[in-house]
Amino acid sequence: MPKMSDTPSLALRVRDLHGYYGPSHVLHGMAFDVPTGEVVTLLGRNGAGKTTTMRAIIGLLHQRTGSIRLNGKETIHLQPEMIAPLGVAYCPEERGIFASLSVEENLMLPPILNPDGLSLNEVLAHFPRLAERAKSPGTKLSGGEQQMLAIARILRTGARFLLLDEPTEGLAPVIVEHIGKVLRELKQRGYTILLVEQNLEFAMTVADRHHVVEHGQIVDSFTNDELLSDTDQLQIYLGV
Amino acid sequence: MDELFGIPLPALAGQLTLGLINGAFYAMLSLGLTVIFGMLRLINFTHGAQFTLGAFGAWMAMQYLHIPYWGALILVPVVVAALGILTERILLRRVYQMDELFQLLLTFGLALIAEGMLSVAYGSSGLPYDNPMPGGMDLGFMFLPYYRAWIVTASILACFGTWFAIERTRLGAYLRAATEKPQLVRTFGINVPRMITLTYGFGVALAALAGVLAAPMDQVKPAMGSALIITVFAVVVIGGMGSILGSVVTGFALGILEALTKVYYPPASSVVIFLIMTIVILFKPVGLFGRQA
Repeated sequence: MPKMSDTPSLALRVRDLHGYYGPSHVLHGMAFDVPTGEVVTLLGRNGAGKTTTMRAIIGLLHQRTGSIRLNGKETIHLQPEMIAPLGVAYCPEERGIFASLSVEENLMLPPILNPDGLSLNEVLAHFPRLAERAKSPGTKLSGGEQQMLAIARILRTGARFLLLDEPTEGLAPVIVEHIGKVLRELKQRGYTILLVEQNLEFAMTVADRHHVVEHGQIVDSFTNDELLSDTDQLQIYLGV
Repeated sequence: MDELFGIPLPALAGQLTLGLINGAFYAMLSLGLTVIFGMLRLINFTHGAQFTLGAFGAWMAMQYLHIPYWGALILVPVVVAALGILTERILLRRVYQMDELFQLLLTFGLALIAEGMLSVAYGSSGLPYDNPMPGGMDLGFMFLPYYRAWIVTASILACFGTWFAIERTRLGAYLRAATEKPQLVRTFGINVPRMITLTYGFGVALAALAGVLAAPMDQVKPAMGSALIITVFAVVVIGGMGSILGSVVTGFALGILEALTKVYYPPASSVVIFLIMTIVILFKPVGLFGRQA
């Protein structure tokens, strides 16, 4: 048994993470933790490197150096298909619904990697609309339904750590509210969530901790309680 | 009623059977090309040579190992697919990111090498392969050889099996998803690079299966694949790259159309498919069943 170098209660530990798209250097030494069971956000302006950080964690950003530990295991050199079995699942910003698959096929696509995921019935209880549209092509759904489908399909896999990239972007307030409710329920069940969000108001209803990203680095961090009492400093970072 | 538009019914039926047989080969080969193209985004110019290898494989299995036709029908596609998988692993993998011209040069070059080696070893005049199902049945209006009926049946079974596997099974859903967004599918823990390799092997197996089916029809010759594959590429262009059902339907339809042309206006029979290809390219460049990329 190798010596545990991390506190076992960290779902994610990122240190000195550098990322590149071809010749351009996008991440400049990201460093942050996501404790198991917490909801943590990455906040920041467009182009700050939030999505790139997500893609680095799940393995889609091939040019990355530094250290990314998922539940204590180093993944910096792993391919995406080796990272998913460590219990992490990714919902991309563009949702990634497959046009050539029905809603049902989209939902059933990701293989179950761990038996303690939500059952199909539990998933459909959270998103009843998906059952009604089961036979439609995935991309015939509305934007809100597609977002629900994108979240629903990774809940079946048994992943306990979810990477959600802007799940509320462009959605009607009632759907944003619904997604917020689901995320809070998942948290109560012990899920860990890393969230990229532009909607600060929404982020503050679900998260425990916030990291501010600027030019590919974490420049500041806040607990949600700190933000609830004072958002002035954060507003300066976000430039609103 | 023993003629139709001035053509005696037995002659018409005979030509239609030949058309169906040609269509059976067009369908299987264009299906293999389409499956490979969907997943690899590569036009496999080695396909004709892999068809030829299937026919030679059947002949060699008989000649050297005394494996009869029915054994070859299973064994040869597996062996040729294994060769294809090796090719993908060692060579094709290196050109996915390159210009299509390099993919063409590589796959076409491999076809020339395979064909050339077979010519050197066995000559170009052709080797005989015995018909495993001699005889036939009298349908009243025509005589139908058993082996011809078997080719059409086998092709329909292979095409339906492929369609079913891709459109109706879980593995097929992985395949369709990986065709659309390969990177995202990897994040679900699915090994997409391995799926690409196996898909190539499957497409090659279809070509080799068609080759085994073709062996008893005529002589087994090194050039048999390259002669056929030119028409098959026209079929693929007409049907539209990437559509499973489209390539099967187009394959059979064009085989029959070619036969009808042979009956009613023989001089046009060798160009009719290319004429249609020209018209399709002019008016619907993505092909009859093609989707806009």
